[in-house]
Amino acid sequence: MAQPFTGITGGFTGPDAPDEADLYRCVHCGLCLSSCPTYVETGLEMESPRGRLALMKAVNEGRVEITPRIVSHWDMCLQCRACEAVCPSGVPYGRIMERTRAQVRAAGLQSRELKRFSRFFLNSALPNPKKLRMGANFIRLYQRLGIQKLVRLSHLLYLLPGGIGKLESQLPPLSRRFFGPSDSVHPAHGEKKMTVALLSGCVMPLMQGPTMEATVRVLTRNSCDVMVPQGQGCCGALNAHAGDLDNSRAMARTNIDSLMAAGVERIITSSAGCGSSMKEYAEWLKDDLEYRDKAIRFGEMTQDVTEFLVGLPFQAPTAAVNRRVTFQDPCHLAHAQRITAAPRTILNSIPGVELVEMENSSLCCGGAGFYSSVQPALSQRLLKRKMASIDATDTQEVITANPGCMLQVEQGFKSQGKRGRVRHIVDILDEAYSLE
Amino acid sequence: MEFKRFLKGLQGIVGEENVVHHSDDLLVFEYDGSVDRGLPEAVVFPADTQEVSQVIALAHEAGVPVVGRGSGTGLSGGAIAPPGGIQVAFTRMNRILEVDTENRLALVEPGVINLDLDTHARKSGLRYAPDPSSQKACSLGGNIAENAGGPHCLAYGTTTNHVLGLEVVLEDGKVVNLGSLARETVGYDLRGVFTGSEGTFGLATKIAVRLLPVPEAVRTFLGIFPDVETACTAVSAVIEHGIVPAALEMIDALTIQAVQKVNDAGYPDDAGAVLLIELEGLQDEVDEIGEEVEAALWETGATQVRTAEAAEEREQLWVGRKGALGALGSIAPNYYLVDGVVPRTQLAQVLGQVTEVGRKYNIPIANVFHAGDGNLHPCLLFDERQPGALEKIVEAGAEVMRICVDAGGTLTGEHGVGLEKKEQMPLVFSEDDMAAMVLVRDAFAPDNSLNPGKIFPDGEKHTPHAHPASPGMTI
Repeated sequence: MAQPFTGITGGFTGPDAPDEADLYRCVHCGLCLSSCPTYVETGLEMESPRGRLALMKAVNEGRVEITPRIVSHWDMCLQCRACEAVCPSGVPYGRIMERTRAQVRAAGLQSRELKRFSRFFLNSALPNPKKLRMGANFIRLYQRLGIQKLVRLSHLLYLLPGGIGKLESQLPPLSRRFFGPSDSVHPAHGEKKMTVALLSGCVMPLMQGPTMEATVRVLTRNSCDVMVPQGQGCCGALNAHAGDLDNSRAMARTNIDSLMAAGVERIITSSAGCGSSMKEYAEWLKDDLEYRDKAIRFGEMTQDVTEFLVGLPFQAPTAAVNRRVTFQDPCHLAHAQRITAAPRTILNSIPGVELVEMENSSLCCGGAGFYSSVQPALSQRLLKRKMASIDATDTQEVITANPGCMLQVEQGFKSQGKRGRVRHIVDILDEAYSLE
Repeated sequence: MEFKRFLKGLQGIVGEENVVHHSDDLLVFEYDGSVDRGLPEAVVFPADTQEVSQVIALAHEAGVPVVGRGSGTGLSGGAIAPPGGIQVAFTRMNRILEVDTENRLALVEPGVINLDLDTHARKSGLRYAPDPSSQKACSLGGNIAENAGGPHCLAYGTTTNHVLGLEVVLEDGKVVNLGSLARETVGYDLRGVFTGSEGTFGLATKIAVRLLPVPEAVRTFLGIFPDVETACTAVSAVIEHGIVPAALEMIDALTIQAVQKVNDAGYPDDAGAVLLIELEGLQDEVDEIGEEVEAALWETGATQVRTAEAAEEREQLWVGRKGALGALGSIAPNYYLVDGVVPRTQLAQVLGQVTEVGRKYNIPIANVFHAGDGNLHPCLLFDERQPGALEKIVEAGAEVMRICVDAGGTLTGEHGVGLEKKEQMPLVFSEDDMAAMVLVRDAFAPDNSLNPGKIFPDGEKHTPHAHPASPGMTI
């Protein structure tokens, strides 16, 4: 006997459930398979975009509950969005996965690793720039004074509870000098063309401070007044990737308030991952009546530094940097923002630079935000693949445009004991300008 | 044999990590690129011929049916597991073993992706010609099973025209070789019989294919037409000029709308149809014939003609065509693709009848197809979550197939019969015809344990999906 419809039979509930219209846009044609790093690496349908979507549909239809096993397949996703860029149906995979992770989080089914990472980082440090900076100061001291070496030698940390030891082993080296927001305006060289605000970000100013400074120099060199307004914080991307949508929305609102209040014409970021999220604030805040329109405007004003420079257009350097380099496309630049030409235009404009393309330059290196922390095994397999592609170019310098990729590939060089360095594209452009 | 013990046996052959059998995981192996579904009992990922042979022998002994699986992009349910059966998936057997540039051939494992082989061959100035729209994802093993086609098969023939030799595992685990690396065979052309046997004769474990030199010049034309009928006249005009293009593809208005919704492929939103024509050959030849093609397009009523010769621009023109099926997802959650073939001269008339079917059943139908071969692909759009939608679609699909057959055509051009079209086989073949086919199969697989329940009608109504309740339905 037919019973009245009593609502969704499946396991996705609440306002942050994946949108059915998004989910059923996938016609399981399979054209995404070959672009998915985890499918290419494992050959398993469960670790493919189509497989993950099929599992979401199965949960949505009430055929199966959200089980730890199903979560493990969703967790294997890098959220690199390579599938989204090649999908002929236009499935908005990124936002579907963010919402699916929100469902997993709400059900308390996040993996132990992600829970640990959330406790120390996503829930406490990232939404609170002051706390993050205080912690970073402490870590810097810890690293500079040589205590880290001692502690690591003593294996003391592994006696501490809550996986602190494991987190410690993943502590990256911090910059000698931190970058950060301030009240001052970095004035344009020559006649001013535009006033821009720069996203300082969370980890990048602490770990790649010199790159942030180079970004400011490159922008001022190209006739922009640059502001790094106070009050801004982390973009919220990592929280969104973990399904922590409440925090990511709060972080988006903070940045909208602080960066737009500066009265600038553009908002620039040198982190591809951040730019991708900032352009999607409107999606995050679509149900927030107060912020919805501001978020749309914010997204329109946001540009990746490479995209902005090429659009200006920037001044090609006149001094030569005589080196062979290769370019690693950050996933969130190439796939999420579909920007692949701009960084190459910049590299090719620098006299003396010879760009040697690597194979599969836009296949994820395995860094993928917190992925390397919560999925170390597959992250390392992808890194190995990436290092082989880099090796084949016979270059010793990898240029990229995202902090996560820089850290990951640096670690690749280090663990293989190979000579080679990784730099942000603004670093090499800044170097060329400095030689003029 | 008890299933648990059978499973242990499989794990013993390929290793525990290479057998998927958890019910959560199996959910992602129930589909292919089309509408059919069926859950396998397990999926095995062998590493080499020997493992394939042992797995199949064990399954044979246990009476468990087996079907091969490549990338799961097929469109007729060919790789869907038979009830109680297992899938042998070839994703780990994906090595290009050899490219012999002198003899222009390649030896590959079945899991190699079609486009990967082509890309690899192009490094030596060669190419692999058959190019299904799913070439980015589909595997050579699946291409062999279905005798896959593609836009460029108009000039170069389908997969079967490119297979030189096969290493095949039969249903009892025996390994045999069909054909050789030589261009011609002596005796019966068994590789020709095997290609397109939809996994019912055996599973190919090594494949030798012919490679062709990359042509000196390639030029692509995009003709915009006010409607499908006018575009069909243009197809006839081009062919009547004695021109055999490398590819001749048509996309109708509804498909254009879907494509443009996802990506700007450069098709005008108000176009009634577009024709994609590709010429290949020597530069002089392409120049000369190119002028004729262009003239023919204008004469028959094209409102716009664009040409591209640089690889990047050509790719741009092709992007819309190759992604057309997927793009339908932007206007409907499901499509049911009918792979009928009709004589080229009947194209316009048959398309008119197909439109009628759509009207009768109130189903939107999008057309994107290989016009040069008369290989139609009417895509019936629907939402499988609507009660009764699928049954209606299958019925309408059968009607479209009947129209194709009545026009002097046949059921399938390149996607295989599989589960999808098996009940329509009597439209084209008599009982005797089919009995003869079964005799051929018996020569390879007398116990019918490889991919049983496909190709031949068995009275089992085509019920593509066994979905329980879905949201929005009353239960």
